[in-house]
Amino acid sequence: MYSIHLPEIGTFDAWRDKARALLAAAVAPEDVLWTCGRDSPDLFQAAGPLPQGDRTATASKAFISMANLAIWHRDPERFSRLYALLFALQSDQRLMSDKADPRVAKLTAMSKEVSRDKHKMTAFLRFREVGDRNAPRRSFAAWFEPTHLICEPIAPFFAKRFGDMDWKIFTPDLSIHFNGNISFAPGQPKPPIADDATEELWRTYYRSIFNPARVKTRAMQSEMPKKYWKNLPEAQLIPEMLAEAQARAQSMADAAPTLAPARAARVSERLRAQQAQHSENADQFTTSIQGCRRCSLWKNATQAVVGTGPLDAEIMIVGEQPGDHEDLAGQPFVGPAGQLLDQGLAGAGIDRSRVYVTNAVKHFKFRANGRQRIHQSPNRTEIENCKWWLDLEIERVAPKLLVALGATALESLTGTRHDLLNCRGSLERTPDGRPVFVTVHPSYILRLPNSERAAALSNFTDDLHKVAALLQPDSPLAAKPGIA
Amino acid sequence: MATMTLDKKLAILSDAAKYDASCASSGGQKRDSRDGKGIGSVTGSGICHAYAPDGRCISLLKILMTNFCIYDCAYCVNRVSSNVQRARFTPEEVIHLTLEFYRRNYIEGLFLSSGIIRSPDDTMADMVRIAKSLRQEHRFRGYIHLKTIPDADPKLIEEAGLFADRLSINVELPTDRAVKDYAPEKSPDQIRRAMADVRLLKEARQDKSFTGKRPAKFAPAGQSTQMIVGADGATDTTILQSSSRLYSSYKLRRVYYSAFSPIPDASAVLPLIQPPLVREHRLYQADWLLRFYGFDVDEIASATSDGNLDLAVDPKLAWALANRHLFPIDVNRADRELLLRVPGFGTKTVDRVLKTRRHRTLRYDDLRRMGANLRSAKPFMHALDWTPRGLTDTADLRARFAPPPEQLSLF
Repeated sequence: MYSIHLPEIGTFDAWRDKARALLAAAVAPEDVLWTCGRDSPDLFQAAGPLPQGDRTATASKAFISMANLAIWHRDPERFSRLYALLFALQSDQRLMSDKADPRVAKLTAMSKEVSRDKHKMTAFLRFREVGDRNAPRRSFAAWFEPTHLICEPIAPFFAKRFGDMDWKIFTPDLSIHFNGNISFAPGQPKPPIADDATEELWRTYYRSIFNPARVKTRAMQSEMPKKYWKNLPEAQLIPEMLAEAQARAQSMADAAPTLAPARAARVSERLRAQQAQHSENADQFTTSIQGCRRCSLWKNATQAVVGTGPLDAEIMIVGEQPGDHEDLAGQPFVGPAGQLLDQGLAGAGIDRSRVYVTNAVKHFKFRANGRQRIHQSPNRTEIENCKWWLDLEIERVAPKLLVALGATALESLTGTRHDLLNCRGSLERTPDGRPVFVTVHPSYILRLPNSERAAALSNFTDDLHKVAALLQPDSPLAAKPGIA
Repeated sequence: MATMTLDKKLAILSDAAKYDASCASSGGQKRDSRDGKGIGSVTGSGICHAYAPDGRCISLLKILMTNFCIYDCAYCVNRVSSNVQRARFTPEEVIHLTLEFYRRNYIEGLFLSSGIIRSPDDTMADMVRIAKSLRQEHRFRGYIHLKTIPDADPKLIEEAGLFADRLSINVELPTDRAVKDYAPEKSPDQIRRAMADVRLLKEARQDKSFTGKRPAKFAPAGQSTQMIVGADGATDTTILQSSSRLYSSYKLRRVYYSAFSPIPDASAVLPLIQPPLVREHRLYQADWLLRFYGFDVDEIASATSDGNLDLAVDPKLAWALANRHLFPIDVNRADRELLLRVPGFGTKTVDRVLKTRRHRTLRYDDLRRMGANLRSAKPFMHALDWTPRGLTDTADLRARFAPPPEQLSLF
């Protein structure tokens, strides 16, 4: 039988050293008696020298982090339980992940109790100012009664948080002193700490932030158990707040509506005038499309995305619909597909700022999947409904050439569903005879495997070269511009 | 006005702020003041420093800069047509309260909101000034949550995100129709665009520059929003659809649901009918199912009778009761997606089940040790020494979970 006494400060490191030595000599858990701090060492067992051994002990990260919590538990059996588990782990390291093993389950529960206690100490400890307000480092003090022996592991939290002030935390077990460095002193009974005027402001805040119309005392007590109340300056208000709550809520419900103060009408009128002024200045086309309710796509989208580009552009590029990024930014072709379009245009020597870029459908259609939005193709009705806006844009810009990117744009412009790959690179006509050049949508290139992407992009660029050629003075389009 | 004490102002301006449900202080960028040159730290997980008797946590100093407001939103205590007492903090007062409360370990930081005075831009600029001064002059390293005003200049919102850990913009009500009816000066389109801007600004600052340097983080704790429940006629399904859209579109960290609560000097337009508090609770449970349990809105909606969640049992149990053909599930074989569907199994329990299954075939007692709520789970699962037999399909299964019927009072 070996008897081991651990110090009150530095308990964990001391336990680890002793445990390592015991494991080296393969001492069985039942042959060790552990004591700590002020507990008296076992009367009948003189502290003999530890046996020597040369086995190496191993412990997983999961065990160490659990042990470093459970060791601060007030249960006197904590050391022997930890050593017993560590001993068992030497022959089966996987034991730690068996959450149903009673030894692991018990120590996990103990470590959880300690970490909850630590958390509650960071939450419910209240400092009072004890020194001169104008000193370079202000001084504060607090009294707290933790359930477990957590002063040592919690001290760094407060040191990190209150780095620019001196503070002392007194508890029955141990006191923590901080003046830039942490030091510990023995525990003591509650010292007198003078009142602090700021506590009154805090109580005012606590009283006012409470909503008397919703009383949920059980929810409060499960998170802030009564054992902490005696050291909380605000907790003494709770009985009185609860007593008044029902009457306060009732009086709000019973009160008859009052007349608005005289200034209200004046303020509202001025605000409405400002807002009206603001909407008058906005572009008529943009404001009306934002109010579009022709189909239900607006409900989920952020905004309608209208085309961008000069109103006298010769080329008008029509895509399918705004994507995730376009919907947020309110601009067409600014996401990944937009970057490919830019590459293609640059490759073909077309200046994007001279092109009008828009979409066949103006709102983003998607399916919400957790935190992702999954693109969905617009159906025929939605395309037809949005055609009205596209026609308005075509009328405003009157381009010499329309470029349809993908099947949706082609369907919208020509009114019929074509096999896209059959008519790619050819010239179609809108019902009123405007020329439409057909190519793929850049997002099609994005969906291809990496190996095929470069070729697809160069094909796309070739198509855009044809677009540029169609607008040269010697092309057939230049001979009969616009409507054929 | 000039004679109002700080205590009085604090009473008015925190009373006016309490209808915002959010008080979270989690997810901020980790930092501390161990160097002794500032005050405060953010550990990543929030701390609730006190709980009010309404069951809500008090983590932040939640105040309005002023409760003067030029808007006239029917559900709001601070609307221009209300007769509540008005007050206004100076920026120095907000800073003083934040720092003094922080030093006494009352709070994790500041949640600053405001009524709109003069113009949205002026108000937003004042709030940004407070956050900037706290960070730069007072080296405050605690948590700051700023409520942004959707109509404010995007440049101000960008600046706000550099000083604040979290930004939030309230959508207020679940449908556009309701916003137009009850908050006539607010524009749902503008609110959506503002949330979109915040997401874009945050994402733009995640990319490293050519030299490999990271730009300053923008609102590291993300953005959140709040919806008032029960003021308009929207059903729970509508509300959840709306949140699912918000989560996917703007990558919100949280959508808060706030049961419409009686306010002093209520508007005649909106009668003070308080929805049951448990409705708010059920919505939060459903919200969790959407975010962590792989449910989608249609599945949750399919288990409701009139589009509203069952108040007597939680939404996961309600779904399981309506889909009994999928149960019982074998805890020793089922995959993660299915295990998450068992009532009484949380995400942590499921993780433990998956880990421990490698060692042993699970028994009933093992599950108890791993933290499962077996009262809810036992009709829906079988283990090595447990099978529910006919229990899964008994007609009165719901009655076992729902609170017992109460006789109405005769008087």
